[in-house]
Amino acid sequence: MDATEKEHSFIVSSSPHVRSGETTSRIMWTVSLSLLPALLMGFYFFGPKAILVTALSIISAVASEYIFEKISGKKAAISDGSSFLTGLLLGMNLPPSVPFYIPVIGSIVAVVITKQLFGGLGFNIFNPALIGRAFVLISWPRAMTTWMAPTAAFVALDAKTTATPLGILKEEGMGHLMEVFGSKINLYTELLLGHSAGSLGEVSAIALIVGGVFLLVRGYITWHIPFSFLGTVALLAWVFGGKAGLFTGDPIIHLLSGGLMLGAFFMATDYVTSPSVRKGQIIFGIGCGAITMLIRLKGGFPEGVMFAILLMNCFSPLIDRSVTRKPFGAIKVNKEQKK
Amino acid sequence: MIKQRSNWELIKNGIFGENTIFRMAISLCPSIAVTTGIRNAFYMGIAVIFVQVMVNVSVSAIRKIIHPRIRIPIFMLIIAGWVSVIDMTMAAFARPAYKEIGLYIQLIVAFASIFARAEVFASKNKMTSSAMDGLGMGIGFLVALVLIGFFRELLGKGALWGMPIIHSKPMLIMIMPTGGFFAVGFLMAFFNWIDIKFFGGKGASGV
Repeated sequence: MDATEKEHSFIVSSSPHVRSGETTSRIMWTVSLSLLPALLMGFYFFGPKAILVTALSIISAVASEYIFEKISGKKAAISDGSSFLTGLLLGMNLPPSVPFYIPVIGSIVAVVITKQLFGGLGFNIFNPALIGRAFVLISWPRAMTTWMAPTAAFVALDAKTTATPLGILKEEGMGHLMEVFGSKINLYTELLLGHSAGSLGEVSAIALIVGGVFLLVRGYITWHIPFSFLGTVALLAWVFGGKAGLFTGDPIIHLLSGGLMLGAFFMATDYVTSPSVRKGQIIFGIGCGAITMLIRLKGGFPEGVMFAILLMNCFSPLIDRSVTRKPFGAIKVNKEQKK
Repeated sequence: MIKQRSNWELIKNGIFGENTIFRMAISLCPSIAVTTGIRNAFYMGIAVIFVQVMVNVSVSAIRKIIHPRIRIPIFMLIIAGWVSVIDMTMAAFARPAYKEIGLYIQLIVAFASIFARAEVFASKNKMTSSAMDGLGMGIGFLVALVLIGFFRELLGKGALWGMPIIHSKPMLIMIMPTGGFFAVGFLMAFFNWIDIKFFGGKGASGV
């Protein structure tokens, strides 16, 4: 065909017609990058053990994805970074002092059972990293709730164990928490920086906020889920958190401690397992916040972010279906006219 | 009329072809509830073999005089009668196991698998074939239960038949109901794989 003919020939294709430069792997690697500050803070406070746990969990997640895809005859897609991110998130959700088999088994459960057996990336109902953590938490409750005391010198080889701030709050109450940390201001600073016991990637609230804001600015996540999640937690902590009566609770402790920041910015916003409609995302966030506070204040566990997100994951399809988006260009039809 | 099959074929059918749990996926409730250990699973399997064989024989013996309209209450009565027999026998002679699984022994009355064999096989076949069919189905159920119990007890308690084997921290989740579903799911997948790979079958889903 000659040049003019070529110019006038049209490409006939199905949607999508407009493509952006974003790819799955780019998103995954950017999210991993935004987790880096919190991870480094975890390494700083918990030392070489934290590095070992994270490395084991990432390596076994990527390896089990590769092996499963080889066995099942799929095209190996480990370079898209999704299994790397799953392993990283799982590692950041584990206490730094866990025995070595816990991150390995957690990663295998996360990648093989939660993701691949449901059909691979994009088909999983639950957040893989959180299912991995729930599995090991239920299997080895003792090891998963033994928390290492943070040291600020990177040499935490045989650190002593202690309780998390939320654990102290649950078991011994606000008074004892004040005794441990001195003043309220000191408590807030320690929680913000991450100088407190907890999972290795969740302790430093400020580093997680930095990562979360980075994702928000880049447009990889929207404000709907994190803000409704955090807002609900703060509101419920303020209203019901205090011993003295209604409206005497301390929302800041509940906001800064536990896995809330990590969960709200990085886990609840997972594209696959959260609703895709904006209105639905707000419902999802409020549900996560309500269940979190229900478990923290009334439940048996001191921390409830993981179970809250997993429970709301089940409702994502339902939420998506019940808050339907208005189709582009649709005209509102009156009920009278319909008849 | 179904074509006549030899006794051996009938037994094999119960263990592999139409295994209650792994191929037909019925009676899953006891397969989760009593399989926290091999011992309980074994006793449960024995009880089911007994009830399945006796019910099949009884139904087959009176199949010509049951009016089709009232066959279901009659099957129910026969099953309940034989379950009472095994319930009292186990209460008398297998005291420790009965303490743990006694409730589920009584629940054999409501097992879909027993009722299903009475309806689809025993009410249409001779007594000997019915007995063999019941034996095969019961053995298939016992094998399935013991297999599930084996993995759950080994991983969840680090023990077999109550005796400790692995001296490390076991995975507690395996003796919870969640772990039961994991074990059933993986074993079912394994049986499907064998069926598809070596016998050219289509797996439990039939597609």
